[in-house]
Amino acid sequence: MATATAELHAARAHGESGLWSWVTTVDHKRIGILYFVTAFIFFLAGGLEAVIIRLQLMRPENTLVGAEAFNQLFTMHATTMVFLALMPLSASFFNFVVPLQLGARDVAFPRLNAFSYWVFLLGGIFLNLSFVFGGAPDAGWFGYANLTAKQFNPGHGIDFWAISLQILGIASLAAGFNFIVTIINMRAPGMGFMRMPVFCWMTLVTSFLIVLAFPVITVALVFLMFDRLVGTHFYNVAAGGDVLLWQHLFWVFGHPEVYILILPAMGIVSEVLPSFSRKPLFGYPFVVYSGIFIGVLGFGVWSHHMFAVGLGPVADSFFAVATMLIAIPTGVKIFNWIGTLWGGSIRFTSAMLFAIGFIAMFIMGGLSGIMHASPPTDLQQTDTYFVVAHIHYVLYGGTIMGIFAGIYYWFPKVTGRLLNETLGKLHFWFNLIAFNLTFFPMHFVGLLGMPRRVYTYSPGMGFEGYNVASTVGALLLAASVLFLIVNILTSVRGGKVAGHDPWDARTLEWSIPSPPPPYNFARIPQVVHRDDLWESKRAGKPALQGEAAGVHMPSPSYWPPVAALGVTLALAGLFFNIWVTVAGVAILFVGVYSWALEPPSH
Amino acid sequence: MGSTVATAVAHAEEHHTSTGLNSRKMVFWTFLGSECMFFGSLIGTYLVYKGKSLNGPYPHEVLNIPFTSVSTFDLLMSSLTMVLALAAIQRDDLKGTKLWLAATALLGMVFVGGQVYEFSHFFLHEHLALQSNLFGSTFYVLTGFHGTHVTVGVIWLWSLFALAARGRLSSKDSLSVEIAGLYWHFVDVVWIAIFTLVYLIQ
Repeated sequence: MATATAELHAARAHGESGLWSWVTTVDHKRIGILYFVTAFIFFLAGGLEAVIIRLQLMRPENTLVGAEAFNQLFTMHATTMVFLALMPLSASFFNFVVPLQLGARDVAFPRLNAFSYWVFLLGGIFLNLSFVFGGAPDAGWFGYANLTAKQFNPGHGIDFWAISLQILGIASLAAGFNFIVTIINMRAPGMGFMRMPVFCWMTLVTSFLIVLAFPVITVALVFLMFDRLVGTHFYNVAAGGDVLLWQHLFWVFGHPEVYILILPAMGIVSEVLPSFSRKPLFGYPFVVYSGIFIGVLGFGVWSHHMFAVGLGPVADSFFAVATMLIAIPTGVKIFNWIGTLWGGSIRFTSAMLFAIGFIAMFIMGGLSGIMHASPPTDLQQTDTYFVVAHIHYVLYGGTIMGIFAGIYYWFPKVTGRLLNETLGKLHFWFNLIAFNLTFFPMHFVGLLGMPRRVYTYSPGMGFEGYNVASTVGALLLAASVLFLIVNILTSVRGGKVAGHDPWDARTLEWSIPSPPPPYNFARIPQVVHRDDLWESKRAGKPALQGEAAGVHMPSPSYWPPVAALGVTLALAGLFFNIWVTVAGVAILFVGVYSWALEPPSH
Repeated sequence: MGSTVATAVAHAEEHHTSTGLNSRKMVFWTFLGSECMFFGSLIGTYLVYKGKSLNGPYPHEVLNIPFTSVSTFDLLMSSLTMVLALAAIQRDDLKGTKLWLAATALLGMVFVGGQVYEFSHFFLHEHLALQSNLFGSTFYVLTGFHGTHVTVGVIWLWSLFALAARGRLSSKDSLSVEIAGLYWHFVDVVWIAIFTLVYLIQ
């Protein structure tokens, strides 16, 4: 036994610094940082695509890019933002923050967590390789059949798209399983479900949505790949197939997906608002139950994306009513956030400004959402810029602003340094004004009838002024991100030292040093209250933790990245070389067996 | 070092959890929930396209209920042997564990063999290909994914068998057998749904 253990020591990854330590890490905090950096780079790439789209639309009959390139740009912009930027940015917060808020030393399955990250990275790279190898996908992020059929789309762009979404789906599913178990099973002693921070709650709901929604798009994409590679008839009308099958499967996934994108941001602002109002979250149980209710209803509203296909009055009415119902829990949350601010002693930090900006912008996106919950109204708005305005108010004004709030809030915990508040406030105001300049005019130009996803428009339709405003706004919006980048790069080494608890905050992550030691908690906290740290501080109990020695943590491992490489090659090979698939499966086998037989720590 | 630090391992497995439930078992149940959505979508698609094929071969011309009933019985029996394998490992009966793991894997292989025979018979003699019609597309993809799941299960069972044969499996590891069993029973239950909806109710 002793010799076997010694051999394992020699064979395993080890080390705490250098590039290799990042490749083999299983530490949730490092994986969170990897997620953040990777997703932020993809966020910039998706933003660049958006800027080119806006430059093309600045003037009527512009010729900056042609129709083909335009189709690729809007497809890649949306696919990148949804799957490579917003979801993994949320995942970076899940990774870094959730175990700390729970009072845990890591996630339930540290190696599975590393696996999720590596699969995500490889899937994202694979999707973007399509630009180099024969053209990016061009059928929209929704990929409606039969725009994606081999007959109408013979290039490899759609193959890249479908395969990389499968790869990314595996990453999301693995993370979803991991966080469900982490949150249910790894809470510190005394932390009952109703004492859990709302961010953890929203992560839990999001994880359930991921594990239940992603298999559906997996199946839809399997059908698509069979149609394209083998010649089956799932979406082939000539053989009796129905293109609506894709739409149903896609939106059964796609509507929960938009809640997967927004619920984590709702969780972030539910942490930021109380901390800077110096008040507990108003109506905590209502916020929690509303989040669960939104998640459940999210599975019953998919056909509101399909009013224009003519499902008939009964189906339309059902889905219209179900959709309007979602306004209730959403409204409950908004009132609770405002109730949290009410009478609080508010500190307008950058994080707080973004959280308040989130509420305001999300209300506007929510209101236009209720408008197209009504089928007759929706028929006027479908496929116009009105819908583009709506989704950007929800996903930029909502999700991105929430994520920005989270960055300003947790950066000191991640790095031990505070971000510069002046730059942060400049970022906020620039961002808010530029965002509204970009997207508010789209409501008008959409109601005037300007169709989305069309590469140009004729002069004299009354669209010109609005489009110039949107393009100027988009350029300013892109520029506003520079404030954040400069702020992060200068503060990560030169920022003011944060200490344990720079915000006088409520949750457990602020009771440990910044940045946290590898084991997080020198001693596992005993939780007595919902805002436990506040209560301890008020009672004058010693709330802050120091360092400890001899805490044994899971060891680094090579096998998660190996298994991730195997999965990626196995799927990637499907459409260009079957031997790549065979090699991928072999690598996957080696990775999985070595992983299963390797003890979690030595 | 050794045992004193090992008790502080921050790992969930075999350690105290908030609910008292084992984390590995819990993660596997969530995986099975996800699999329900996966097979639900596949079966739903089969049902939506039932009777929509524009040309033959049609289901009633090719599906052989007596043959598939035998392989269904075979798969159901494998659930019984799986339970016996778990019971054996729990009482540290390594011989019984090996016997019943091997029996389960072999019954699974018989099922997969039956499916290979069925597919090749349909393809060569009934001229039903993936590309023939909607029935061919939906039938092969649905049952093929189920067959792939059984195959993964067979590899899993033989892996456990190999561990048992090398004496590296004891009652302490019964959870590993239990989780493989959960997977195996799930794949069985899915087959009962497929057999009923595809074969029996034509």
